Amino acid sequence: MAKTYQAGVKEYRDTYWDPDYTPKDSDILACFKITPQPGVPREEAAAAVAAESSTGTWTTVWTDLLTDLDYYKGRAYAIEDVPGDDEAFYAFIAYPMGLFEEGSIVNVFTSLVGNVFGFKAVRGLRLEDIRFPLWFVATCHGPPHGIYVERDKLDKYGRPLLGCTIKPKLGLSAKNYGRAVYECLRGGLDFTKDDENVNSQPFMRWRDRFLFCQEAIDKAELETGEKKGHYLNVTAPDVEEMFKRAEFAKEVGSRIIMSDYLTLGWAAHQSLAKWCRDNGMLLHVHRAMHAVIDRNPNHGINFRVLAKMLRLLGGDHLHSGTVVGKLEGDRAATLGWIDLLRDRYVKEDRSRGIFFDQDWGQMPGVFPVASGGIHVWHMPALVSIFGDNSVLQFGGGTLGHPWGNAAGAAANRVALEACVKARNEGRELEKEGKDILTQAARHSPELKVAMETWKEIKFEFDTVDKLDTQHR
Amino acid sequence: MSDIQDFPSRISDPASRKMETFSYLPELTREEIRKQVEYIVSQGWNPAVEHIEPAYARATYWYMWKLPMFGETDVDRILAEVDACHEANPGNHVRLIGYDNTNQTQGTAMVVYRGTPPEQVFCADRLTPRT
Repeated sequence: MAKTYQAGVKEYRDTYWDPDYTPKDSDILACFKITPQPGVPREEAAAAVAAESSTGTWTTVWTDLLTDLDYYKGRAYAIEDVPGDDEAFYAFIAYPMGLFEEGSIVNVFTSLVGNVFGFKAVRGLRLEDIRFPLWFVATCHGPPHGIYVERDKLDKYGRPLLGCTIKPKLGLSAKNYGRAVYECLRGGLDFTKDDENVNSQPFMRWRDRFLFCQEAIDKAELETGEKKGHYLNVTAPDVEEMFKRAEFAKEVGSRIIMSDYLTLGWAAHQSLAKWCRDNGMLLHVHRAMHAVIDRNPNHGINFRVLAKMLRLLGGDHLHSGTVVGKLEGDRAATLGWIDLLRDRYVKEDRSRGIFFDQDWGQMPGVFPVASGGIHVWHMPALVSIFGDNSVLQFGGGTLGHPWGNAAGAAANRVALEACVKARNEGRELEKEGKDILTQAARHSPELKVAMETWKEIKFEFDTVDKLDTQHR
Repeated sequence: MSDIQDFPSRISDPASRKMETFSYLPELTREEIRKQVEYIVSQGWNPAVEHIEPAYARATYWYMWKLPMFGETDVDRILAEVDACHEANPGNHVRLIGYDNTNQTQGTAMVVYRGTPPEQVFCADRLTPRT
């Protein structure tokens, strides 16, 4: 029967709170952590978030009756306590597939994290997880190559890959910068990396950097017989400039380029990822600005959502935190999102902050990149935590070696291979790490000196963004 | 400066050529190789042997020794094929692969026998400055 039009303001929960609803396989599901304003009931706050992130507005409008809102509206279908937090609660919201454009991350996030995050009825709002249905995954382009194609292109198997960010971040001339790249690569690293803010400044224009770096790679490859790469940063002020730099990287014979997906913008990044697949170029992805969005436990977007987003947008590597280094990263949560980057199917697991089963269908995986304040002493833990399908990046931990970059690189490579060998032999890396490294250093003066240099350095501050548990 | 050690890698020295996984460690002993074969078997991977003349080591495709040993779990038989390949091609690099068919990749690959170092082969024009 047709409804009659009643102007005025209705409570959101009358329309958008539906505890009897069973989510469909085709729905996009989201889990928000909501901290409501005092006096706002949970159901009303959850329904408000569902409404404002889908079809609703603050008042009834006559044009509501020209469509079937029940077909299009988002629904809050469950509410749960947040362990260890009396104020906040989790709200689970289901969005029907018809609300979203196929293959458009931009569209999904414009809805889910749009106006609703400034909504007065909630004091804090955090998007904790999203379940992307298979139809949406399949309409996204995904990683240009993925983990296993990259391994085939590089002919590197059975171990994590090793990288290093060239320092100082800013101020080197292109020729001196290429020297630092060359020394790292001849010493045994697989990759070196432009820092995120190395774009095309007056001290080193991008074209000069690309040419000197490629010459460094060519010589290191001849010398070592192994394939090498340098992540040439094509992040640029506009997309035309970005593609110009990417084309030149391809012209000089680079295997890999990099971008910063959050500062570049998602549409630009997705275009670049598509270009990379069309042009056989690997894509390393940095995440500058992520902590602005993901660090506050009560507001923003959890990094696991940003990680899923990147896998859909497209990238072959993504920085994921180190667990053990200088930057923030809870261990269980990090293990959760590195699985979300790599695996075909990830089960709901609250102990790792994963709220939904996620089926990735045939979409290839992304290498997680551990980078930031790590050195040889962290190697056993890193190999144990990240496993083979990872890129371990030692910046200061390579360049800071008393004998220079090549020695620093060799020290890291020896430590890495010793850890992989020991793991394969059935030894427990995190328990026996010291023995394993000490034994390996007997045959590697470079490793011995590295171990003496960094022995005392530890990073033991507690993390700010922890998983929600009873014992905070 | 006197306590700083030079890094001895040279284009002119074939010993500077590396062979990916485990090539930065001292040559593995017989017992250590056995443990790596046990690891390949324990992962459910299919062992395979490949070899090549050292001068062409950078090629993607090395010569396949027979066929991959699908389903083989006997460590001695796997090691015997590695040795047979080496004996038939004594100057060549010989590598052992563990094919991971579920992920359509190689779970691991390692050079077990390093061949006789080649005469120097490289194209000098690859080192022409690009700038």
